[in-house]
Amino acid sequence: MADTKEGLFARLKSGLAKTHNALVGKIAAITGRVHLDDELLEELEYALIAADTGMPTTMELIDQLKAAVKKKELTSVDEVRPFLTKRIQAMLTVPPKGASGGKPHVILMTGVNGAGKTTTIGKLSALYAAEGKSVLLAAADTFRAAAIEQLAEWGKRTGADLVRHAAGSDPSAVAFDAMKAGIARGKDFIIIDTAGRLHTRNNLMEEMKKIRRIIDRELPGAPHETLLVVDGSTGQNAINQVKEFNRSVPLTGIVITKLDGTSKGGAVIGIVNETKIPIRYIGVGESIEDLQPFDPALFSEALLQ
Amino acid sequence: MFEQLESRLSDAFKTIRGLSQLTDANMADALREVRLALLDADVNQDVVKSFIEKIRKEFAGEKVHKALNPAQQVVKIVHDELVQLLGGRQSGITMNPKGPTIILMTGLQGSGKTTTTAKLSLHLKKEGYRPMMVSADVYRPAARDQLTILGQQLQIPVHHPAELADPVKICKSAIKALKDEKANVLLVDTAGRLQIDDSLMVELEKIKKEIAPSEVLFVADAMTGQQAADVAKEFHRRVTITGVILTKLDGDARGGAALSIKSVVGAPVKFTGIGEKLEQFEVFHPDRMAQRILGMGDLLSLIEKAQDASDEKEAEALGKKMAAGDFDLNDFMKQLKMVKKMGPLDQLMGMLPGMKVAKDAKIDDGELKKVESIINSMTKEERRNHQVINAGRKIRIADGSGAQVSDVNRLLKQFSQMKLVMKSIKKGGMPGMPPMRGRPGL
Repeated sequence: MADTKEGLFARLKSGLAKTHNALVGKIAAITGRVHLDDELLEELEYALIAADTGMPTTMELIDQLKAAVKKKELTSVDEVRPFLTKRIQAMLTVPPKGASGGKPHVILMTGVNGAGKTTTIGKLSALYAAEGKSVLLAAADTFRAAAIEQLAEWGKRTGADLVRHAAGSDPSAVAFDAMKAGIARGKDFIIIDTAGRLHTRNNLMEEMKKIRRIIDRELPGAPHETLLVVDGSTGQNAINQVKEFNRSVPLTGIVITKLDGTSKGGAVIGIVNETKIPIRYIGVGESIEDLQPFDPALFSEALLQ
Repeated sequence: MFEQLESRLSDAFKTIRGLSQLTDANMADALREVRLALLDADVNQDVVKSFIEKIRKEFAGEKVHKALNPAQQVVKIVHDELVQLLGGRQSGITMNPKGPTIILMTGLQGSGKTTTTAKLSLHLKKEGYRPMMVSADVYRPAARDQLTILGQQLQIPVHHPAELADPVKICKSAIKALKDEKANVLLVDTAGRLQIDDSLMVELEKIKKEIAPSEVLFVADAMTGQQAADVAKEFHRRVTITGVILTKLDGDARGGAALSIKSVVGAPVKFTGIGEKLEQFEVFHPDRMAQRILGMGDLLSLIEKAQDASDEKEAEALGKKMAAGDFDLNDFMKQLKMVKKMGPLDQLMGMLPGMKVAKDAKIDDGELKKVESIINSMTKEERRNHQVINAGRKIRIADGSGAQVSDVNRLLKQFSQMKLVMKSIKKGGMPGMPPMRGRPGL
């Protein structure tokens, strides 16, 4: 990970190009105008909604703009973009959760079906391996056909140990064995993959709670991080996902994947603003380096500047 | 799904309900609510715009119908337009009359292509076709294994030439293999790809050219946001989508993506995935969906499910017993099992009109299990005649089933009430729903 800050920014910017162009394109069209009037604000509202920012957050941003215009803090159209950048950055900045350290440092991954959990784990494992850390992966997705094989392949590629049971076995038992093995082998990281589950399924959320209980029992204070993986093209349902998962297993962070394919990166703003749970990583491309730690300042700049 | 949209629309019309006349002003209010509701439901903004415009025009041209009140009238117009937008009449798979039918499955990563390929194969097999599947996903680790395992579970052949690593060659070899497997439908699963990934989109074009499919199905996640329209548009431009399958509809996503895709691409939504099990797959009914959006419930689907799950003779026997007032806890248990076969309870609840609250009441299959285990802990005599269950027996039953005595009491009370209701109904028909704890509004 020899990426400099500039390198990171370049990747981020190209990954967010679609959202940037959609949003900034519209704002640029607006900035051609002379007056900061209602029509301008309406078009801005349209642009934000079209980027999946969601109604409540869009309204909040527009209200802040209106208030600033009223107080004469904003006087020219040119100031709109910097103003929004600052406000969005403020919205995205929430206190971090979870514990740093921990040996092994245990990360529990969760999310709905198809969000990109297993791929994200593969990339995280590669990131840690590149830092010279030892990683153990736990294949606790025993439900989806070939999910174990998929994680095994990532284990092979990144040189991580794998704890697996047969398909269809109890995921908590896999987590239990992984904790035992990770602690005994003195690993730096244990990353636990779980089956995709819709947050509306009570019994599956109970299963998630149980997995977490087992982890905590085997190593008090673990998991140090519980990450929810959210597909970047998800719309307003993302907020329900975060809220419901957080109710079952307290989340320490969110990973947003596949942001490069969407022009709707605004969802990120809505999610953080409405749930106050920090974004931990974002995925802006296929390669391992495209999974980046989230930086509110960098993100809001890449989005709007 | 669509619950939020449904409740928002009902709210919009509440402001009109009771008024004798619709004015431009209150119509504008209602349309604003419809617009916000649709946006909140992830319907693409441009689609919303044109939808509202259409409604406005429709309304302007419409004469005031004397039989309907203004609210009903607006509901009718919005409903008709929604049905139109969702795809008019339902349409299945177009079969190739001259040879094997080839179906190409496409979509973004994680939309559920592989699972859906298996579900559609099972659906076609049930209809009497002989499907075969092949995975042209050489990128995602173990993707081809996943399809092979699903094929084994369903006893549907999967062509898996492990030595080939080129998607186009894999497809070619699958077509050749159709004869050996005596299959007449080939479903081609492909790798998930972003619509902006040019090299992968070119690959998809090549696959399509090679296999000349009768259907190109776009598999879309019901949770997709504003993006849905753009993605579908690009796939359509590249490989001409002939139909859409909407997945993960068992969640609480508002499903606006369905509206967006249909109106942008023009291809109908053909099927929906409604659960993790491979048989949880349904033909899409635009009219029912529209009714559901407007708070009219989806009773037709429910009745179909009941017919699917119940043994006709058994249902008839139960009905007779109910009518005779001879219904005991054993019968109650049978009925429970039928309901369970129909699918997860919360999903069934969503289909009933006015049952939007059910989601919050947290009804799930756990409750059914509890009831079942309580009845299982009873003796034969107790099941036959619940009146013998005294306090001592209740404690034993509660211990045996891991429940509380209060749970046993509640069950018995509900059972007695149910018997009372049954007595008042002369004839039993389809298996009804057993009374459940925390089930408001019934």
